[in-house]
Amino acid sequence: MFKIVAKKVLSPTVKQFAMAAPQIAKKCQPGQFVIIRIDDEGERVPLTIADFDRDKGTITLLFQEVGASTQQLGQLEEGESILDIAGPLGNPTHIKKMGTVVCIGGGIGTAPVYPIARAMKAAGNRVISIIGARTAELLIFEDEMKNASDELYITTDDGSKGIKGFVTDVLKRLIDDEEKLAEVMAIGPVVMMRGVAEVTRPYKIPTVVSLNPIMVDGTGMCGGCRVAVGNESKFACVDGPEFDAHQVDFDTLIARQKMYIPLEKKSCENGRGGCKCHQS
Amino acid sequence: MSPVMKKHAMPEQDPKVRAKNFNEVTLGYGEDTALAEAQRCLHCKTAPCRQGCPVEVNIPEFIQHIKDGQMDEAIKSLKSYNSLPAVCGRVCPQEEQCEKHCVLAKKGESVGIGRLERYAADYAREHGETVTAPQRKANAQKVAVIGAGPAGLTAAGDLAKLGYAVTIFEALHAPGGVLMYGIPEFRLPKAIVQQEISNLKKLGVVIEVNAIIGRTYTIDELLDEEGFEAVFIGTGAGLPHFLQIPGENLNGVYSANEFLTRCNLMKAYQFPKAATPIKVGHKVAVVGGGNVAMDAARTALRLGAEESYIVYRRSETEMPARLEEVHHAKEEGVQFRLLTNPLEVVGKDSWVTGLRCMKMELGEPDASGRRRPVEIAGSEFTLDVDVVIMAIGQGPNPLIQSTTKGLDTNKRGNIIADEETGQTSRLGIFAGGDIVTGAATVILAMGAGKKAAVAIDKYLQEKRQ
Ligand SMILES: Cc1cc2nc3c(=O)[nH]c(=O)nc-3n(C[C@H](O)[C@H](O)[C@H](O)COP(=O)(O)OP(=O)(O)OC[C@H]3O[C@@H](n4cnc5c(N)ncnc54)[C@H](O)[C@@H]3O)c2cc1C
Ligand SMILES: Cc1cc2nc3c(=O)[nH]c(=O)nc-3n(C[C@H](O)[C@H](O)[C@H](O)COP(=O)(O)OP(=O)(O)OC[C@H]3O[C@@H](n4cnc5c(N)ncnc54)[C@H](O)[C@@H]3O)c2cc1C
Ligand code: SF4
Ligand code: FES
Repeated sequence: MFKIVAKKVLSPTVKQFAMAAPQIAKKCQPGQFVIIRIDDEGERVPLTIADFDRDKGTITLLFQEVGASTQQLGQLEEGESILDIAGPLGNPTHIKKMGTVVCIGGGIGTAPVYPIARAMKAAGNRVISIIGARTAELLIFEDEMKNASDELYITTDDGSKGIKGFVTDVLKRLIDDEEKLAEVMAIGPVVMMRGVAEVTRPYKIPTVVSLNPIMVDGTGMCGGCRVAVGNESKFACVDGPEFDAHQVDFDTLIARQKMYIPLEKKSCENGRGGCKCHQS
Repeated sequence: MSPVMKKHAMPEQDPKVRAKNFNEVTLGYGEDTALAEAQRCLHCKTAPCRQGCPVEVNIPEFIQHIKDGQMDEAIKSLKSYNSLPAVCGRVCPQEEQCEKHCVLAKKGESVGIGRLERYAADYAREHGETVTAPQRKANAQKVAVIGAGPAGLTAAGDLAKLGYAVTIFEALHAPGGVLMYGIPEFRLPKAIVQQEISNLKKLGVVIEVNAIIGRTYTIDELLDEEGFEAVFIGTGAGLPHFLQIPGENLNGVYSANEFLTRCNLMKAYQFPKAATPIKVGHKVAVVGGGNVAMDAARTALRLGAEESYIVYRRSETEMPARLEEVHHAKEEGVQFRLLTNPLEVVGKDSWVTGLRCMKMELGEPDASGRRRPVEIAGSEFTLDVDVVIMAIGQGPNPLIQSTTKGLDTNKRGNIIADEETGQTSRLGIFAGGDIVTGAATVILAMGAGKKAAVAIDKYLQEKRQ
């Protein structure tokens, strides 16, 4: 059993847990994830490690309630426990001194970008971060990102905070300003990551994205997480989750992520998590 | 008195009924039948049957005990060779192993060795078998076993019996390996696997689940920081192969591992009570001809598919699946599309709508000694299906090899280990089972676990001196 030692509600559907998981806290690196299971009938849900405290033996998970399992998770309170956490999984981010690095976080993708930005800075890079959300209330990790970056830009779709527009608009401006960019790292909704890839492609700026296909085991056993990268099938859990954005076939990824929507609808209607999702 | 030339039949669920449920297909011998079947054994002095058994179970001996009604003795004899008889009695390819060599097979049918093994094991389980914890050595050395499949479970059990302090590290949330996530409930009830595992715990073996070696710990950390003095790697062949044909990333294409894991380990057949979904489809094509393919095709029927096809590029004679499983699959209504090779998964709006195939004929034997399938020009056709399951084999998972320096592997990525001892290229690290041999059988994996336990004992004794 793994205990929730702290819970924060960041918005009605975004929650943050600090979980007691000493062995994982000791080992994990930026870019890695865990797979959790709430109870004996639970699904195996992959979640990125948004932060960790090696001394306290805790890891931070941040999640958006999108379906039955994440809704059920969101209802748990401080002091309660979940059955399983396996990890750390996936390959750590390649952190090295490169020059100027742009770290882009979209929506809750900002959480996993944060430890990467921090590590990039610690490695001696100049870190420019861009974080975006649909609206001001959905922005997360603003202070953390500010501390981890040399420059921070904020965008909202509706202009309620920062620059009105998308993270890609700011990225274009940075490139136009002839800023020499060593690497762009982007985590967020797949459409955003695809957008970032298209912006940097003509300039051949190395661009890395973290993919989140549907997973089961997370150890390379089921092949369910396969993604098309440069005309090859890769398993995101063991070959990734980070890949060269210019090689990724995003359309296939988007389609595969929708695979279980019809079934998940049934799950929600049957009361797991008690959600009202997918019903519109 | 002329001997009974045929094996006593084993009662089974009616094919029509069982094709809709997950209960065990075969029901096991009753006492009378078991006794009658045991009577058929001639107790040959040479016991040719034993030579066919990878762990050389003393077959005439345990059958004699059944005959004499000494069930405790029967199970004791069996367990001294094979720690998972209830599993092996169900899933071993007996017709290729012990039973093939039985002298009765020459004139009629062999003794039903597997069925008797199962009978003895089930009897022991149902009559409350007792497991006593072995004496642990003073200052028992710690041994780490990686992977809780048949190889790891066997090695762990034998080492615990020898007095070592054994911890199994298992990546998934449940121990058992393929026995839990791969082989379906209707062939191997999960309660039996869990009982065997609870016996292991009674022997003092500690099982740490959710521990992925190469990630949660590396082997070197186990040795240098966690105080383990030897390691056994039994991580199996879990990495699924795909055909690398167009359309394989369409929605509705599964590896057999994913399909079976969702169903067996994650209990997707209880969805939405269990949280994990599975897309079953109306018409399902399973590509492959082994046990894994049969399991997937039969599982699809049980989950409600109207049509379930086996698509295999050679003929039935070359099919690697156990005869009994092929037979059961046919009875349940699985349709065989033999000499058929998939070319492309076709789809619409990112979902599978069919499997384009080519008819094949058999040509000259190839390197495997089997006649090579050759395409028949102009024979293309499309099978109308909405789910395609790839069951064309598995390779080694690279997590351990890539994080352990000096551990030699062959060009397929399997760990190189001595056949007799499991010794790898690194001192104190042993390996066995599918991770060494490539996908094989439960009993071979157990045999490797057994041999490695002996070798590890020897290594640790020498180390202590
Ligand atoms: C490596 C990795 C890291 C992740 N990190 C985080 C994280 O830090 N925080 C977070 O909130 N989410 C993260 N996700 C996504 C998260 O796992 C899914 O949102 C979750 O599994 C949905 O479960 P559910 O039962 O609540 O929703 P479901 O009812 O299963 O699905 C609801 C919707 O979410 C989509 N979905 C399901 N699984 C995934 C998935 N794996 N990725 C993307 N969309 C999915 C479905 O297509 C559907 O539209 C990560 C995924 C991966 C693979
Ligand atoms: C669907 C199916 C049906 C089969 N039917 C039969 C049959 O009827 N008869 C028969 O004899 N054989 C059958 N087989 C083959 C048989 O199951 C295998 O040969 C046998 O299970 C191999 O045992 P193993 O212990 O080597 O590995 P596995 O059973 O594969 O167990 C390996 C274990 O190691 C764990 N693991 C992997 N990597 C790590 C890591 N890095 N850290 C920690 N743990 C790890 C895995 O999660 C797994 O639990 C079948 C196989 C399948 C897939
Ligand atoms: S070969 Fe057949 S008849 Fe002879 S001992 Fe073995 S099982 Fe009995
Ligand atoms: S999640 Fe199963 S192989 Fe990646």
